[in-house]
Amino acid sequence: SYYREIDDEFFEELTDLLIAADVGVSTSLKIIEELKAKVKAQKIGDPEKVKGLLREIIIELLGDEPVGLDQHSGPQILLVVGVNGVGKTTAIGKLANKYTREGKKVLLAAADTFRAAAAEQLAVWAQRAGVSLIRHQEGADPAAVVYDALEAAKARGTELLIIDTAGRLHNKKNLMEELRKINRVIERGYPEADYTAYLVLDATTGQNAVQQAKVFSEVAKLDGIILTKLDGSARGGVVLAIRSELGLPVCFVGVGEGIDDLQPFDPRGFAEALF
Amino acid sequence: MAFEGLSEKLQNVMKKLSGRGKLSEADVKAAMREVRLALLEADVNYLVVKDFVKKVSERAVGGEVLSSLTPGQQVIKIVNEELTALMGKTQARINYASAPPTVIMLVGLQGAGKTTMAAKLGLNLKKQGKKPLIAACDVYRPAAIDQLKIVAEKAGVPVFEQGQGQPVKIAQGAKAECQRLLYDTLIIDTAGRLQIDQAMMDEVKAIRQAVGVHEVMLVLDAMTGQEAVNVASSFNEQVGVDSVILTKLDGDTRGGAALSLRAVTGKPIKFCGVGEKLEDFEPFYPDRMANRILGM
Ligand SMILES: Nc1nc2c(ncn2[C@@H]2O[C@H](COP(=O)(O)OP(=O)(O)OP(=O)(O)O)[C@@H](O)[C@H]2O)c(=O)[nH]1
Ligand SMILES: Nc1nc2c(ncn2[C@@H]2O[C@H](COP(=O)(O)OP(=O)(O)OP(=O)(O)O)[C@@H](O)[C@H]2O)c(=O)[nH]1
Ligand SMILES: [K+]
Ligand SMILES: [Mg+2]
Ligand SMILES: [Mg+2]
Repeated sequence: SYYREIDDEFFEELTDLLIAADVGVSTSLKIIEELKAKVKAQKIGDPEKVKGLLREIIIELLGDEPVGLDQHSGPQILLVVGVNGVGKTTAIGKLANKYTREGKKVLLAAADTFRAAAAEQLAVWAQRAGVSLIRHQEGADPAAVVYDALEAAKARGTELLIIDTAGRLHNKKNLMEELRKINRVIERGYPEADYTAYLVLDATTGQNAVQQAKVFSEVAKLDGIILTKLDGSARGGVVLAIRSELGLPVCFVGVGEGIDDLQPFDPRGFAEALF
Repeated sequence: MAFEGLSEKLQNVMKKLSGRGKLSEADVKAAMREVRLALLEADVNYLVVKDFVKKVSERAVGGEVLSSLTPGQQVIKIVNEELTALMGKTQARINYASAPPTVIMLVGLQGAGKTTMAAKLGLNLKKQGKKPLIAACDVYRPAAIDQLKIVAEKAGVPVFEQGQGQPVKIAQGAKAECQRLLYDTLIIDTAGRLQIDQAMMDEVKAIRQAVGVHEVMLVLDAMTGQEAVNVASSFNEQVGVDSVILTKLDGDTRGGAALSLRAVTGKPIKFCGVGEKLEDFEPFYPDRMANRILGM
């Protein structure tokens, strides 16, 4: 490789790379400060080694532990939330398929009773995955759908109940209260079940995703993130800011519109693709 | 929250500037650093930011500012002026064809808000006395046609669909239907697609050619980050984009994507989506957007 001095300009270029990947200004600066300190302490003079070190810092930040649904012998509930159009319903279709293939008895709940044809869309996915679906009429109370789904799950011996919710912007107070109610119905309605909730984020989203994660975690329990649309050229760097500020890990990534286009999150691959 | 803190900081710098009788180049430089941060935090593309800050700095250290009696005010004015100029004049008009039907095609990434916008646009045209028809050319997404039919029915706009047929044929059929039943505007709803998906990009190109689209509207989620530039330039190069629609502006995103895609494509932003309901539709106001991006 060509000769390159490790000076302020070099670090500025690395900062730009992070910003271009949607990591955001403050998190990028934080990461680069850590990098500078390490480069200085370890007296590194090779730009390639500096880049390698940057990757390691990012991987460490993302956490190398495998995450995903815990292995659980008892009943499990998975709630999926997020703003409009990020890929919640599609991710649920993929998850339903994955866990059915792994031998679990899966049930879906269509608690998006608001968007046009939301339940029909989920019904198509339910059919593709070969699972059944609890749904009400358009405009029905989503909490009532959840309540019915919990009862059905208990009665049928469902091992994994996945609940789809309507897309909602986090700054809409009434919609967030609706979600708080759904969360409460789950916690009170089936306390014996192991309850997990994922926030779905679109990889093309910029810094607003930090606010999404923050506000959603105030009204519902959040355990992790499903990062969708990573098959595009967006790199989804904002999850670094979210991990850094809120500690939320990425659990799965969406890499297409097909039923198998869901993968466990791989911090190493993600860090490679950032640049 | 980061945004609020930053916008506060920025406003403080602006306030400090506006209170000053005299400005040094160093003062301007410090202010420009804050502007740069505000734009980056608002998701304006980093290359667009570089360009913008350079341009404003040049004007701000020029004679007109430093010799002014209220130099701070001058700098703020320049930033706002340049932002608004970059965002373009309000041009919330559709390019109508000389002979009907006018054909409008909505394109964009998955989940951007095309189908919702097709109905909103249809309703808006109807209110203006037009007679629109919507073509259901998303044959891929589960229940896409059901969704379109429901929202279009709410808008009172008819839908032309042929199930999971071929999008080009459906668009042609819809155009023929317009000629037969005297619809004067055809709105084509297309499937969401990635700009790097060659086959899918070819599909919209083929629709464009087959039916003679008058206006291709790129529908873009206002929350989009740095990727907005790639999306906009790629759709523009491959399909040709005539105008842009920004959706989900009812959120609290700063919406820097608007500035980026305007800077890169030079295409006007005509309308905004400001909610999920049909009436949540507005013309685009460049000055409001400039203030929003800067958090002012
Ligand atoms: N390329 C790509 N497209 C995706 C991915 N995940 C979802 N999509 C597409 O994104 C669009 C929106 O997906 P949905 O699953 O309907 O999103 P949602 O969050 O349920 O949307 P709302 O319920 O309307 O809020 C659809 O066109 C999906 O096919 C992905 O990983 N990659
Ligand atoms: N809050 C808000 N939501 C919107 C707006 N426009 C669309 N939506 C929502 O965003 C989601 C996606 O909208 P669609 O119209 O299905 O998007 P699309 O581009 O047709 O999606 P695909 O066909 O899957 O590519 C839905 O939940 C809509 O209700 C808007 O301006 N504000
Ligand atoms: K989106
Ligand atoms: Mg959905
Ligand atoms: Mg659609």
